[in-house]
Amino acid sequence: MDHLPTLVAKARAAIAEASDVASLDTVRVEYLGKKGEITTLLKGLGKLPPEERPQAGERINQVKQQLSGEIETRKRELEQTALDARLQGERIDVTLPGRGQSTGGLHPVTRTLERIEGLFTRIGYDVAVGPEIEDDYHNFEALNIPAHHPARGMADTFYFDANRLLRTHTSPVQVRTMESQEPPIRIVCPGRVYRSDSDLTHTPMFHQVEGLLIDEDVSFADLKGTIEDFLHAFFERDDLSVRFRPSYFPFTEPSAEVDIQCVMCSGDGCRVCSHSGWLEVMGCGMVHPEVFRHSGIDAGRYTGFAFGMGTERLAMLRYGVNDLRLFFDNDLRFLRQFT
Amino acid sequence: MKFSEQWLREWVSPELSTQALADQITMAGLEVDAVEAVAAKFEGVLVAEVVAKEPHPDADKLNVCQVDDGSGNPVQVVCGAPNVAVGQKVPFAQVGAVLPGDFKIKKAKLRGVESRGMICSASELGLEEETSPGILELPLSAPVGQSLRDWMSLDDSTIDVDLTPNRGDCLSLKGMAREVGVLNRLTLNSPDLAPQASSHGDVFPVRLSAPEQCPRYVGRVIKNIDVTAPTPLWMVERLRRSGLRSIDAVVDITNYVMLELGQPLHAFDLANLEGAIDVRSARPGERLVLLDGQDVALREGTLVIADDAKALAIAGVMGGEHSGVGPQTRDVFLESAFFTPLAIAGQARSYGLHTDASHRFERGVDFELPRQAAERATALLVEVAGGEPGPLNETVSAEHLPDERRVRLCGSRIEQCLNIRLPDTEIVDILERLGMQVSRDEADVGDKADAWLVKIPSWRFDIAIEEDLIEELARIHGYNRLPVRRPAARLGLVADDEHRQPLTRLRRQLVARGYQEAITYSFVAPELQALLVPDMAAPRLANPISSDMAVMRASLFPGLVKALIHNLNRQQSRIRLFETGLVFQGELDSVEQIPMLSGLICGPRDPEGWAARRDDVDFFDLKGDVESLLKLGGNEESWRFEPAEHPALHPGQTARLLHEGEAVGWLGALHPALRAELGIKPEVFLFEMRLEALTQGRLPAFNAMSRYPEVRRDLALVISDDIPVQALLDTLRECAGDWLTDLHLFDVYRGAGITQGNKSIALGLTWQHPSRTLNDAEINQLIDTIVTETSQRFGAELRG
Repeated sequence: MDHLPTLVAKARAAIAEASDVASLDTVRVEYLGKKGEITTLLKGLGKLPPEERPQAGERINQVKQQLSGEIETRKRELEQTALDARLQGERIDVTLPGRGQSTGGLHPVTRTLERIEGLFTRIGYDVAVGPEIEDDYHNFEALNIPAHHPARGMADTFYFDANRLLRTHTSPVQVRTMESQEPPIRIVCPGRVYRSDSDLTHTPMFHQVEGLLIDEDVSFADLKGTIEDFLHAFFERDDLSVRFRPSYFPFTEPSAEVDIQCVMCSGDGCRVCSHSGWLEVMGCGMVHPEVFRHSGIDAGRYTGFAFGMGTERLAMLRYGVNDLRLFFDNDLRFLRQFT
Repeated sequence: MKFSEQWLREWVSPELSTQALADQITMAGLEVDAVEAVAAKFEGVLVAEVVAKEPHPDADKLNVCQVDDGSGNPVQVVCGAPNVAVGQKVPFAQVGAVLPGDFKIKKAKLRGVESRGMICSASELGLEEETSPGILELPLSAPVGQSLRDWMSLDDSTIDVDLTPNRGDCLSLKGMAREVGVLNRLTLNSPDLAPQASSHGDVFPVRLSAPEQCPRYVGRVIKNIDVTAPTPLWMVERLRRSGLRSIDAVVDITNYVMLELGQPLHAFDLANLEGAIDVRSARPGERLVLLDGQDVALREGTLVIADDAKALAIAGVMGGEHSGVGPQTRDVFLESAFFTPLAIAGQARSYGLHTDASHRFERGVDFELPRQAAERATALLVEVAGGEPGPLNETVSAEHLPDERRVRLCGSRIEQCLNIRLPDTEIVDILERLGMQVSRDEADVGDKADAWLVKIPSWRFDIAIEEDLIEELARIHGYNRLPVRRPAARLGLVADDEHRQPLTRLRRQLVARGYQEAITYSFVAPELQALLVPDMAAPRLANPISSDMAVMRASLFPGLVKALIHNLNRQQSRIRLFETGLVFQGELDSVEQIPMLSGLICGPRDPEGWAARRDDVDFFDLKGDVESLLKLGGNEESWRFEPAEHPALHPGQTARLLHEGEAVGWLGALHPALRAELGIKPEVFLFEMRLEALTQGRLPAFNAMSRYPEVRRDLALVISDDIPVQALLDTLRECAGDWLTDLHLFDVYRGAGITQGNKSIALGLTWQHPSRTLNDAEINQLIDTIVTETSQRFGAELRG
């Protein structure tokens, strides 16, 4: 009993000496375990005279609790140290690149088409598509371009035979929509079109988006508003100057070409705008009554406008691409720039 | 239409700079393509006369000339031109002159002889592109000492207008001037078109056998013409500024009048005409040698100018060689006719021709013009080549001339179309300035009088309906002064088919898996297509742009493989490409235009990196990508892959893709033999499938989750390598009872412990009952069934 202080001192030294959780546990067993020295002391209480027992028991229990608490504290310290050491060992270089698949990308033409479609579908236009091998009727006749009309010379056509051809514009989709649907009609027609022309600024295939809106009381003012809004939205510039020039398309009357202030030089004049400060970006007009007649739409009741634009041209202006032909080389070094 | 600004200003000259005039014309709908100076910049060049010429003492090819430049003292010049001669008027660059290209003329010694200046050729002055063989000879009337620039009016611009096909009326100075006059409210100065007195009575008879195609024909015999007479320099210059070369006096004058007034003219050598002119349809088997030497077989229906013996010219397109004017011509027969646009439309093109005449007649030439043009040409011919005109002989079929057109124009319609109420006075003013006659429509009464009847001038073939007039009003008023409004529409919602997978989603899925989208031409090289899809027919273009773009693609493979090769040739090793678009399968008459999605991969599985898998892609990388697309629709069980063969694919690494039992696509490895043929080194894996099947999806439908525990058992079955795993999986599903919730294959093993030719397939099966706990006995029974069944069907053995 008298050696209790010595025992405590010895135990404390052992606790302090324990360098890890396992050796600390050994110390715990040695003193507080079933056969531990403190436990043995407790068991030995019965040998003491009864009057000494309560006091001795209290002292021993006090020591037991003290030691137990000190072991617990020491254990937490050792665990923390061990965790710290482990964390230190698990340190990685988080600046190394991540693992796994790279991301690809959409073709810039698709990206542009989707943007244009998005701008129009958001305000209630539908997207309409159609065949690319067309007949003469839908590509020309129904659009008020009869055989031998000089306007046929405006687009060099790829033919299969006298009647079948590759569409030269997406207007046949408009015709097909008008044939099958009652006004009001609000559509945009994106797609591939083909013209027999190949040089620095022409590829034999390119993409167009054409739009058509037919309703009661549609006017040239509505057309101007729609085109201006579209160009401002597409180029994300509300101050972009837009001008309308009288022009000619057999399927619209009145017809207009649309110019925007050059987006490369802000109208100061550069190579892209041939130093004119203006860029021609689309054609448009009020649907010709003859087109309505072909498609069975009552021209007395309905009016409408149509517009069309070249997707590659808009993509070139938007992204600064300087060579049209790059779009169809499918060079990965080009395509990856639009990811 | 290309013309000299000065020439235009003779007709009408608004107070506008050249650029402002060009802009004004453009904004009126006649797009100016280019404005260019007619001569390069030079100064210090005068008209001079060569007064003496001596051979150079020390050079065979040089002459020492004395030139009178008006200064009083002859100037000595050494000249190497072969055509220099005494008495000539020449352009002379004095010492100090600056020629195009900033070439300064200095005093010089040429082989010991002093030379003070230079006699110039046309190309040295920038008047001709090609190098001229000799000096430019000026007319003898050129005034010595005057600045050449001033005398030749070289401070001028050419204005090149890209006219739309409807504005044939502007294919002349007169037409352009008319427009400029309208825009600036100016009247026109016209050249003298007065009738020319005849000096003899000879008339060559004319018969109109096809009056609906040629209702007016003006002819005139002009005798004793000197075809060799030089064309005056001013006319040569105006022709040059319109892009035409001087040929001879007669051709130059007919061209000049065509440019000036818009009326194409033709001159025949009267000596080669027999009997009478007949304007008729070509006869079967008739042939004609054209002015360009081409011998053409005329088609019936082609309008020709003939005499009693033969066809002389294709009307309104090109004359014939036999009856053409040449150096020996003395007497000419001048033609100035009206051919209807429909008669000429398509004719030139059908003979592979396009001429200034056909270009105009196709678009419509003023039918009131032939007489004026003939008078103008006569006056010029007499002036230049000294002929003796006979009486003007006009043959007309009045009933076949275009009808007088009157178009009703309603004020309310203008307002409806343009959203603006133009004042009546402005409406009438604009139309009258355009040469229209405007009157109130008397069909309207009282205050309802809101309409006009507008008589369309004979030169405007493009105006037939009310909208055409509205465009004219808008055009002259100014498109950019018209109101702007946003269309209003009802905000109606429409249903959106949730079963369908939008294409945008499919595209993005592939993009997320590392694919770059390609867009390739829809026409491909027939040879490449034959290699990749040999048994597929596709329409062929009648007029391809090149032989490697001659046939429509029956598959997206050719385009993608071409793009692959392009990139492999540019040091790209890891390639993933896809494309969507139509393919064209079958013969033309039954061609199907099918939307497809196709892709290919080759090269390393992962992008190169410190943690990347370094091995190359195989079939299952591609299949995984394809499966990821199929999963988007949520209907995985509607898809099957089955072993198949495709001519372009490796016979042991090809699957056909089935959707609800229907073949809709392919995937596999590019055939090694084909790779060798195409020079592709790495292995390539491709897929192609119909978009229609891919876009069909499933509407999600909720199933309650079971609250009871699931039971998982793993099985390893050994089967022969010949048996496709799919068959095993199908059998398992069949035998595993109603409560099987998951079946997946987690290992394929060949090697130690497995007989060669066999494989061990490790499968995980999971069951779960919706309303109770499954017991061991029933699961064991299902396992027994599976083992028995697979043993019977495939000889499968449970691996111990």
